[in-house]
Amino acid sequence: MAKVRGAVVVDQECCKGCNLCVVACPENVLGLHKEVNSKGYHYSHMVSPENCIGCMNCGMVCPDSCITVYRVKVPVEQD
Amino acid sequence: MAELQLADIIKPENKVYGKSKIMTDTPLHYCYGCSHGVVHKLIAEVIEELDIQEETVGVAPVGCSVMMYNYIDIDWMEAAHGRAPAVATGYKRVNPKKYVFSYQGDGDLAAIGTAETMHAVNRGENIVMIFINNATYGMTGGQMAPTTMVGQVTSTSPYGRNVDINGYPLRITELLAMLPGAAYVTRQSVHTPANVRKCKKAIRKAFENSAKNIGTSFIEVVSTCNSGWKIDPVAANQWMEENMFPFYPLGDLKDGERDSFEQFSVQKLKK
Repeated sequence: MAKVRGAVVVDQECCKGCNLCVVACPENVLGLHKEVNSKGYHYSHMVSPENCIGCMNCGMVCPDSCITVYRVKVPVEQD
Repeated sequence: MAELQLADIIKPENKVYGKSKIMTDTPLHYCYGCSHGVVHKLIAEVIEELDIQEETVGVAPVGCSVMMYNYIDIDWMEAAHGRAPAVATGYKRVNPKKYVFSYQGDGDLAAIGTAETMHAVNRGENIVMIFINNATYGMTGGQMAPTTMVGQVTSTSPYGRNVDINGYPLRITELLAMLPGAAYVTRQSVHTPANVRKCKKAIRKAFENSAKNIGTSFIEVVSTCNSGWKIDPVAANQWMEENMFPFYPLGDLKDGERDSFEQFSVQKLKK
């Protein structure tokens, strides 16, 4: 049995804060940042990175292709 | 076991999804949450997967996606308003080995370019036609289009579309599915990850059909225009699901190849 861990990298300058990735995330990992980027958009970022499973849903729905998804399999040691 | 740090996950060998190499670094000029960006990305991904960057030619429309040539790194041509299928026809006939696709919105394809659209499909040209249906003229400020829903408020129908005055919404995909030249006619959407995957499959199939010489492939993508509809992107997706999908149901309308029409071919006239 292996656990899957993922991570999302958002290109913060490219992000327009449309909120679609936040809605698409099944684990509620993403959220819009309080701060804004140089264009004045509240960019998306990982609020709870430990829950990410690397399912790529956020990247799929991102209209600006600013999301890169990484995923690793973590073998779980059985006691 | 020590807890895995983010830096251990974010490594090039662990990358599973990212921006396609065919997309240029230019930031998209579209409004936030616009469906155009997703469809652009899918086209770029399909071109990358099929490895046809050098053989693909796109025909850009007039509308929001008029500057599409800035975003996908392939050969492009710009057509007059509504004439993208005609331009694509010409290119495909001169260069039959190229993959030619046209990309149009509803004001372009279903209003001013209806004649070009119908006849290109009726001739069974081996091109891919991608149709973005967002039920409004997005670029000019959200005016009423032929595909606008009954009762939908736009800037030129402030009391909602009235069928007595404005007529009915046009289901052009159903019309095209009846034509003998069409090989693959489908209606897709890109509002959820599952639909994005299905839409990508459809675009891939259309490009593969283009190489097989079996007729026109037509993909309608039911999309949102949150600026034109004047709501936020998430609400726009919901509105589309509730109001547009009953009238524009998703799915394949035709899947095969163009009809041979042998049973209707007549004998030569004797003089």
